Amino acid sequence: MYKIAREKMPQLYRRIAENKELYLPLEIGGQANFAVWEEGDTAALDVLKTVKSPKDAFFPQSENLYTCKRDGKKLSIEPQALKEQEFVVFGMKACDLQGVQVLDKVFLADPVDSFYAARREHGTIVALACHEPEETCFCKVFGIDCADPAADVACWMIADELFWKPLTGKGEALTAQVCDLLTEAEGAEETVEAEKENIRRIVEKLPYMHLSLDGWNADAQKEKFDSPLWEELYKPCLACGTCTFVCPTCQCYDIKDYDTGHGVMRYRCWDSCMYSDFTMMAHGNNRTSQMQRFRQRFMHKLVYFPANNNGCYSCVGCGRCVEKCPASLNIVKVIKKFSEEKAAGGEQQ
Amino acid sequence: MQKLIDRIRELLADGTVARVLGWRTGDLPYNPEPAYFECEEELQDFVYNGFCGANLSKYMIEASRLEGKTLVCLKPCDTYSFNQLLKEHRVDREKAYIIGVGCKGKLDIEKIKKQGIKGIESISGAEIEEAAESLTIQTIYGEKTCAYKDAMLERCHVCKGKEHQIYDELIGDSSDTTDADRFAQVRRIEAMSPQEKFAFFQNELSKCIRCNACRNVCPACSCRKCVFDSTKFDSSQKANADSFEEKMFHIIRAFHVAGRCTDCGECSRVCPQGIPLHLFNRKFIKDINELYGEYQAGEDITADTPLTHFTFGDAEPSIVGERG
Repeated sequence: MYKIAREKMPQLYRRIAENKELYLPLEIGGQANFAVWEEGDTAALDVLKTVKSPKDAFFPQSENLYTCKRDGKKLSIEPQALKEQEFVVFGMKACDLQGVQVLDKVFLADPVDSFYAARREHGTIVALACHEPEETCFCKVFGIDCADPAADVACWMIADELFWKPLTGKGEALTAQVCDLLTEAEGAEETVEAEKENIRRIVEKLPYMHLSLDGWNADAQKEKFDSPLWEELYKPCLACGTCTFVCPTCQCYDIKDYDTGHGVMRYRCWDSCMYSDFTMMAHGNNRTSQMQRFRQRFMHKLVYFPANNNGCYSCVGCGRCVEKCPASLNIVKVIKKFSEEKAAGGEQQ
Repeated sequence: MQKLIDRIRELLADGTVARVLGWRTGDLPYNPEPAYFECEEELQDFVYNGFCGANLSKYMIEASRLEGKTLVCLKPCDTYSFNQLLKEHRVDREKAYIIGVGCKGKLDIEKIKKQGIKGIESISGAEIEEAAESLTIQTIYGEKTCAYKDAMLERCHVCKGKEHQIYDELIGDSSDTTDADRFAQVRRIEAMSPQEKFAFFQNELSKCIRCNACRNVCPACSCRKCVFDSTKFDSSQKANADSFEEKMFHIIRAFHVAGRCTDCGECSRVCPQGIPLHLFNRKFIKDINELYGEYQAGEDITADTPLTHFTFGDAEPSIVGERG
């Protein structure tokens, strides 16, 4: 275990940025989001949740796949180079880490997504424990401990000191690069344990942390799919893509050609199951109503994904969708509505 | 709120209306959602408080297609949107029973959280019975207070007034919460050099994540199919790839709603990235006021609209060059 004083953090950023890209939560235009740190930028490490999740670092909202160019009668194709630059994502939270685990199951499974795999290979994650989790958090529901993030390096911000604990080979290598800025923290285990206990005590008090996922499993697929509750639940939905675009696990994308005037850029970009052109095929769209699109998002996260991934849900309880939905809808309300209905059904019997 | 619920119950019971469009109590102290209520039993979840900022007018497009009348709760500023939709033949007046609900300014949870208030357990002072000076917020990190004014939505600081423009009946008192100049920020931007303006909008619009929340919530964006959703429209659409296209989306949208936008402020309220989208619309409103005379969309449904009616006194295109 090592530590560094908060006021020395810019030195730490500078050192890392010497030979790596450094992603940090930065406040840009009043909103905290992960972005590449540059000299003079102030990190917003005290912000619990960035607006977007850090998934952009591994799976950017849009990326080029290849470019075709026309020069007279000559056509050329330029493949997109894979990520080779080493980078560090600093300040991810335990829920965000679990988000990356979910993305791994999708993109690192056969056939491996080479763009994603290259980024995973070259990225080092420095995670930060959640000093003061909030009422929109429900990570514990998915077995995530926000007091003890298991990344390449785990950190705790306690008073004005950052405690730093490398956990993997990548973490050790990064530690070696910055070791003269860190000091050995003797007796720090105790301080960190106290902080963990404190965080866990707060977690117990938060309203969403005791949500029950009872009944959300592969066996319930048909029952959930056919439930009349969706008709009621989807109604306020504006069909925007906010929930999907702030989510750390939503992984659907679209691939399109962009006419550059003298060629074509084939790119992929995040898509949203809330959009009417999502999964549009030659015969049309297989989901024809907003109710179906709305249902798809929650069925995917809570039923289909765990059914295909040994019970692993593709929600991590970060609560970003809870905070950002323009109609105040969210996955928690959906889960609760089904639980209430079940309880009411039980009473009637 | 009790008076409102009692009256709603009455209208549902006697069959005047088939359903009610209002807000359902959230599961946090600040997240009620727009909802339909079809029977008395469901009304136990009905709520109307300071966090009911959502403008329900646009939901009336769908509700106009349903059997029977829909009772809709509209705040004074929401009625401008309803009127505008009526003028555009997008809603059916006969299908709506409008209760004009009182409003003393609506709250923005983001503004409360920006003050460092987190771990919220309960909020008092957001009820609408009396105009509270401040909110008392219980959090797991202790009790906090926040002045009501400091937690109000941007649009409430430039309130359009306490009068409902269209209603069947009124319940509750309203007050004009204006304490700022509606066009002050537009003027500040107008005074910038072209380079400064570009940098300002570049900075704001580069935050856009193409979620379409602004478009989908906008009562003036009522096209059945948006050009930006067309698979045949050759743009990078949701790619968020190109700063030109990002600006194009917002600028085309602003042009498309010019003269019809009532300045309801929903676009800025819902933007997850806090982009002050209303500034585009307000610039158009300010220009319309200056070039064609004072005009407020949604105020007078019978009035000629400045951008769709020709008069010989209209501004010539050369005005663009003259005004700079």
